[in-house]
Amino acid sequence: MIPTRETMVVIITFSLLALVPVIASITDVPFYLDLGRRMMILAIGALSLNLIMGYGGMISFGHAVFVGIGAYVVGICAEHEVVSGFIQWPLALLACGIFAVIFGAISLRTRGVYFIMITLALAQMMYFLGVSLDRYGGDDGLPLAEPSYFSGLIDLSEKTSLYYLVFVLLLLCLWICKRLINSRFGMVIQGARSNEARMQAIGFPVFRYQLTAFVIAGVMAGLAGILLANHTEFVNPDMMHWTRSGDLIIMVLLGGMGSLAGPIVGALVFILLEEALSGVTEYWQLIFGPFLILVVLFARGGLLGFLEKRQSPKKTSEGGDD
Amino acid sequence: MKKTFILGVSALALTLAAPQAMAAKAKEIKIGFVTTLSGGAGVIGKDMRNSVQIALDHLGNKMGGVPVKVLFEDDQVKPEVGKQKTEKLLYKDKVDIISGFIWSHVVLASRNSVVKAGKFLIISNAGTSKIAGRLCHKNIFSTSWQNDQVPMAMGEVLNKRGVKSLYIIAPNYAAGRDMVAGVERTFKGKILGKDLTKWPTQLDFSAELAKARASKADGVFIFYPGRATNAFMRQYAQAGLTKTPLYSVFSVDSLSLPKLQQAKLTNVLGTYSTQFWAPDLDTPVNKKFVADYRKKFGSYPSHYGAQSYDSIMLIDSAVRAAGGDLKKMDTMRAAFRKADYGSVRGKYVYGNNHFPIQDFYLRKVIADADGKWTTKIEQKVYTNHQDVYASKCKMKKTW
Amino acid sequence: MVDPHLLFEQLFNGVQYGILLFLLAAGLTLVFGIMDMMNLAHGSLYMLGAYIAATVSLVTDSFLLGIAVALPATLVVGIFLEVVILRKLYDRGHLDQVLATFGMILFFNELVRLIWGPAGIEVPLPSILNQSLTLFSIPLPLYRILVIGVGLAVAGFLYVLVVKTKVGMLIRAGASNREMVGALGIDIKKIFTLVFGLGAALAALAGAMAGPIFAATIGMGENILIQVLVVIVIGGIGSIRGAFVGALLIGVIEIMGRSFLGDFFKLFLPDNAAETAAPAAASMLIYILMAGVLFFRPQGLFPARSG
Repeated sequence: MIPTRETMVVIITFSLLALVPVIASITDVPFYLDLGRRMMILAIGALSLNLIMGYGGMISFGHAVFVGIGAYVVGICAEHEVVSGFIQWPLALLACGIFAVIFGAISLRTRGVYFIMITLALAQMMYFLGVSLDRYGGDDGLPLAEPSYFSGLIDLSEKTSLYYLVFVLLLLCLWICKRLINSRFGMVIQGARSNEARMQAIGFPVFRYQLTAFVIAGVMAGLAGILLANHTEFVNPDMMHWTRSGDLIIMVLLGGMGSLAGPIVGALVFILLEEALSGVTEYWQLIFGPFLILVVLFARGGLLGFLEKRQSPKKTSEGGDD
Repeated sequence: MKKTFILGVSALALTLAAPQAMAAKAKEIKIGFVTTLSGGAGVIGKDMRNSVQIALDHLGNKMGGVPVKVLFEDDQVKPEVGKQKTEKLLYKDKVDIISGFIWSHVVLASRNSVVKAGKFLIISNAGTSKIAGRLCHKNIFSTSWQNDQVPMAMGEVLNKRGVKSLYIIAPNYAAGRDMVAGVERTFKGKILGKDLTKWPTQLDFSAELAKARASKADGVFIFYPGRATNAFMRQYAQAGLTKTPLYSVFSVDSLSLPKLQQAKLTNVLGTYSTQFWAPDLDTPVNKKFVADYRKKFGSYPSHYGAQSYDSIMLIDSAVRAAGGDLKKMDTMRAAFRKADYGSVRGKYVYGNNHFPIQDFYLRKVIADADGKWTTKIEQKVYTNHQDVYASKCKMKKTW
Repeated sequence: MVDPHLLFEQLFNGVQYGILLFLLAAGLTLVFGIMDMMNLAHGSLYMLGAYIAATVSLVTDSFLLGIAVALPATLVVGIFLEVVILRKLYDRGHLDQVLATFGMILFFNELVRLIWGPAGIEVPLPSILNQSLTLFSIPLPLYRILVIGVGLAVAGFLYVLVVKTKVGMLIRAGASNREMVGALGIDIKKIFTLVFGLGAALAALAGAMAGPIFAATIGMGENILIQVLVVIVIGGIGSIRGAFVGALLIGVIEIMGRSFLGDFFKLFLPDNAAETAAPAAASMLIYILMAGVLFFRPQGLFPARSG
């Protein structure tokens, strides 16, 4: 079978990503390692957002909160001298799961713009909470003395090791997304996006499915947060700010909503653009803003859609298939 | 026999001399300077960059005979960008020394990178208590102050002026809370009220000012940097508080005064602030710095600029002590510790945590001979004041 | 227990703040209600209004002239945006609208920075307005009284427009059922442009009036936008009456919360805890209110839509 264009993109992207450490050491520019790592971590975040937004139609401005929670649990543990990754990581994922259940239960009772507003409100509240937490640095942030410790298994302070760990985790997340979307669970979620009433009528407990998706996405975002904390060796409330959720939304859109690998491509392109443009001019947002508008207006399927000439989902109106 | 002996001694002498010849001067000294060049806070970075330029002019662009280049990077007030730029400077541009840093959270995020690279970090502004205390390091030095010192000086001023009751308004973020904690540490009077406002979004202070007026406090203490300064000052007058003296820290300086003057906010004149420096500080180095800055850029430099000027001059003293050989880290460190250079604030010494032990002054806002608003030193508040976090730093002072 | 003078003054401040929110919310709720468009760039129009008014009033030394120029200038920009870009988004999902208008925010912030520099502009008040009127021995700034006056006048004007005129009737019809109005043969495009222009003018007015209080700064739109969004969600999308009530509610709660929450907490918490908890809680107050309203009346207090 001839692989689809999307599969080709995935293969090429991951091959390039795998080679980055090699290139970095040949050219002696360790900065590429950092850049690549950051791209992949944000890609995990974008993948998780795509689950609920691209496929589920739930536009959440609070998604970065989960990244922040994951990061903060690691940071707070380190602050209290609990450096073992075997404790930190499960704790962080659990915390994200619990928060996701609570947030989701409140937010998913609303729809459309009200959902957006509630997630925005939650993001604001968590952000202000983080700023008020003097004990953990407030908005000064919390530096991590060292990354998560995995006694002998892997040394995360070694830049290349952390890089490949993130690489493997990204692949894992992509695989999880693929399995989820192509399962019955995924069908229900997508069905609910285009016509919720119909799904309810068929007999699916939509709320429960959406909440589950919300929790899975939240936990995956938490994973991105854990990795981010190890990458920057620093956590601060900015990580939870609604503008970061906005960044993730842009990445998903750029890559192509509702496509599996789109968010990864979107994250890569977003970071590369930001890096390239800010090097060119101080006023790079003057170019980025209109570029975003153009993508929304004309490249509705994002970059991957451009390749496959696919249409992005229309507004969830009364009826209307997608 | 005599010939062989002479030959032998000469050969020995040569081999002994050879390593000295190997330890060569650097071809070029590269300093990486991380500051904010974009966005609203870009004015601060611009002031620092200008001041670095003046310092380089004064040095003839050379330190110890070696040409110097300063590379500026923009942190966009974001810790992860600051860290990224720091690592870019360290590993891509391969700078010898890192300096700059306006913001505490940015320097906290970037500190580990500089430490791991084994390079010196000369902080030109950020005064976080963490780096003065637990996170101090043998390669990190500050040419500014520790955050708490400035409001502590203000508390002292209030006591000396017989202020019995105070109302405090400050923004609710790390620096804001530090300022409040600082003044509370030294102020002996009664604090009638304390309001912490939402930062950075809240620019309407009508509620807090109404409470301040209702409390009938002898004075109002504030900390509102950046864009909040103007909004606050304007509302202060509108709230009918013109009779209540206003005491501020880090809000009224050479960067904000031109805008305040342009807005004709005359209630700013006569207000007090504390700082280690003012443009009229009477030292020969400062006089020259301010004069040359005004000549070249047409405005007064701010304390950010003065501190950046000192960073460059401090680095110069260390480079000269090492004869231009930047590999001599220990020699340079000893020179840093001595702080034996012409600083804008006059002579000072370093505490065990590599933060300056220095004087602090009370300043008043006045209009200078040309009618331009500036700050003028009224009196000295602290002599050789050391920050309160030095004891938390594990380094022992051996110099 | 609480000084009645202080209470009254804070009420006054709350109302004034609410009026400012109303000026912004009115335009946004109309656009949202009638074109079903989430326009984040509304804040950018507010910023433009503030900057243009500030510049003109500084140059001509006339505060009134500043407003007189800012309104039409921003109106032109707004209409240009609507015709060229936003029109294409009416049929798209909210996500596309959010993203496109987010792109506009980035663009305008940088544009303003390019033209006016990063530092913002101070807007001096004419000396007549820079005094206070003493009522019940409380100094009330004359300028803020003016803001309340202007806001009430605008509210009255909008009321007359929407309830008493033919245009207003079309707007109300469009808010409750867009397709129907189109089916009736009315050129819906012109109505949309008109509504958007009105919103832009209101935003510019809000910006011009906010300038002397807050100063014109980059990003000022985003700061206030979130609260404006909360106002229209609480008030009910598409409803000007809802925007008015919601704005006053939010304004008063915001100010009262900031003023009295700390003292309230001190009643049952140790001073230290009260002082740290109060600012955080005060920030969250309006969101808790919004969540509460959405829980009991998901369509807002005065829903304009018929379902």
